[in-house]
Amino acid sequence: MMSRLHIPVVPARPGEQPDFSYVKIVAAGACPRPPIDVPVLGTVPLAEGLIRVLDDEHRAVGPWEPKLDADTLRRGLRVMILTRTFDDRMQRAQRQGRITFYMRSLGEEAVSAAAAIALRDRDMLFPSYRNQGLFFARGLSLVDLMSQLLSNSRDMCKGRQLPVMYHSAERHIFSISGNLATQFPQAVGWAMAAAIKGETDISAAWLGEGSTAEADFHHALTFAKVYKAPAVLNIVNNQWAISTFQGYAGGEQRSFAARGPGIGIAGLRVDGNDFLAVYAATAWAAERAREGHGATLIEHVTYRAGAHSTSDDPTRYRPRDEFDVWPLGDPVVRLKAHLITLGEWDEACHTALAREVEEEVTAAWQEAVSFGTLNEGFRLDPSLLFEDVFKELPPSLRAQRDELLAELAERGQ
Amino acid sequence: MNCWLSLQSEGSKAVPTMNMVQALNSAMDIMLTRNSDVVVLGEDVGYFGGVFRVTESLQKKHGTHRVLDTPIAEGGIVGAAVGMCANGLRPVVEIQFADYIYPAYDQIVSEVARLRYRSAAAFTAPLTIRTPCGGGIRGGQTHSQSPEAVFAHVSGIKTVMPSNPYDAKGMLIAAIEDDDPVLFFEPKRIYNGPFDGEPDKPAQSWAGHLLAEVPEGYYTVPLGQAAVTREGSAVTIVTYGTMVHVSLAAAAALDLDAEVIDIRSMVPLDVDTIAGSVSKTGRCLIVHEATRFAGFGAELSASIQEHCFWNLEAPITRVTGWDTPYPHAFEWEYFPGKRRVMNALRRLMGEQS
Repeated sequence: MMSRLHIPVVPARPGEQPDFSYVKIVAAGACPRPPIDVPVLGTVPLAEGLIRVLDDEHRAVGPWEPKLDADTLRRGLRVMILTRTFDDRMQRAQRQGRITFYMRSLGEEAVSAAAAIALRDRDMLFPSYRNQGLFFARGLSLVDLMSQLLSNSRDMCKGRQLPVMYHSAERHIFSISGNLATQFPQAVGWAMAAAIKGETDISAAWLGEGSTAEADFHHALTFAKVYKAPAVLNIVNNQWAISTFQGYAGGEQRSFAARGPGIGIAGLRVDGNDFLAVYAATAWAAERAREGHGATLIEHVTYRAGAHSTSDDPTRYRPRDEFDVWPLGDPVVRLKAHLITLGEWDEACHTALAREVEEEVTAAWQEAVSFGTLNEGFRLDPSLLFEDVFKELPPSLRAQRDELLAELAERGQ
Repeated sequence: MNCWLSLQSEGSKAVPTMNMVQALNSAMDIMLTRNSDVVVLGEDVGYFGGVFRVTESLQKKHGTHRVLDTPIAEGGIVGAAVGMCANGLRPVVEIQFADYIYPAYDQIVSEVARLRYRSAAAFTAPLTIRTPCGGGIRGGQTHSQSPEAVFAHVSGIKTVMPSNPYDAKGMLIAAIEDDDPVLFFEPKRIYNGPFDGEPDKPAQSWAGHLLAEVPEGYYTVPLGQAAVTREGSAVTIVTYGTMVHVSLAAAAALDLDAEVIDIRSMVPLDVDTIAGSVSKTGRCLIVHEATRFAGFGAELSASIQEHCFWNLEAPITRVTGWDTPYPHAFEWEYFPGKRRVMNALRRLMGEQS
């Protein structure tokens, strides 16, 4: 008997022609922008459409045009370039054996940069592991981030977390978990608490399209719907979850954003490589949440141009040249071209900015490694291994700590 | 430490009798009143007051925004509670049955228990997860489990189980005030009265029981301290939850001078009290309702052996549920009742059973 099971179709594998014909594209400016209090059902066309602002001539067009001043646009460009430069440098550091692991966000920088700039500083962010742009946009010290990657004496996680699992209580960014989707119901709970306390701060969370298959995603949407939680829930649809194509998360024929209205919250499908569109959609959803009209699910259509992580080799499962023909382009190139079109930027400015960022990253790296690396220089006190399991060190852990310290003394450490 | 020698309370007048349901309800009522950051959430906990009535009238008194009925999604409930913690609240979550806690296991193990550690205390999860556990109520395999060991195994979460109304209230207040997450197991068979393991006898109530004299006001019973429920010299019975009462009944039936230790808290574990007693008596019986293999008794046995080996006069013995699911029709064949405890005690004392 022939199997009758449906297996999702992957458009192209290594050696084949890349094929993005499955990505539904809508012309820039074509999607209407409803008022922020539109009933959920009014967002159904937007959840299946594609909100875009930048057209092929790099002009900002249509009702979603956020009318940002040039300084804000340049700030966005800088955050994206910083993200990419930092990523490249840390990728090299991993290849040189200075850090154990890294995850770049190449190609999807606009998703984090534009959202962080559209939200208020007190809004609480619940990132996934590929949202480093949030940390850059909120001005975290590069040395602090690098120190986490190096697990050195300045490591904010005290040597306990895999690289890239940052946090910042001070800048209102929650601790990143390696377990997928757990941050989604947490963000909704944070938003519920804000509402209970009568505050107007909102939360925002991100996950990959692959993680939408996890139960936590569905819990989060249900709770957000039930309590009208003031949250902006973001799906970063970068087409690939390691080697698993988005069709295996249910992306065939239907958008991921459509799950929002399906469960009872607003849904927007956005060009994730269009800085202005991401900004506009986030600002709309944030205002909707802040004004008490509930959560929004935003799908950012983008492409993971790099490997999943430094442990991954994407040439084993997809064509090498997919990013070259990705229909939504490169977010850095597009925002740069827009600024040039506006007469607010030129190649000389761009080169200068790139050099400035490069120097900033280099200086930060030199400072960070001066606090040690995982294997060289000043090391963290091994006693830290036992702290923060509980608020107070219990007798059982004190005994284990003493046993370790005795063992280390024997080993001459 | 003898728990009924240390009864202390604040602002209480007469000492009424409460069953465990009322005692737990009182604890939450007091904490909702004292601390505006405390919220209660779970399935059916609001208007209805919970399937076991533990949250009865709390919503009426404290409002629908502080005592929240939730969707039926345990992972969502705990996940939302973690986020609430990050925003300054102190949630008390009810998981309707311990058998239903597994959908929340990832949030509990990977998030609740690890948050302080992984963020170097930048973020913490001071929530309390209450959940009724144990059998003896004809609940079958989906309403009878005692999964304390699968949580005690996880670093970063306190795991406790009271055996009487006084401890239930004092420990729940302590749990809510604790800055670490606490998994609070409630042995539902003894919600309304102590149970000696003999289902054919008329149900007992808590009325008249010394540990059902529960102050109306605020008091705490510290987590991590075992209670010597009965002093004795012949053998130490280390137990918790419903089995405290079964063990007392078995020792009484044998007229055995047993020391019965109610550990009350698996994490942190009061090894000193347990080891001190076993070193004194030289014999140890561990009793719990949960399955035996890799159950919490295994940890107790190993720990006691490490501390008391040279004082032991007989092998450490365990009486537990069988290593099977909890069977509906064979509930009393499964349940480690008085007879099974008596037989184990006789063997431990060197007699033929």
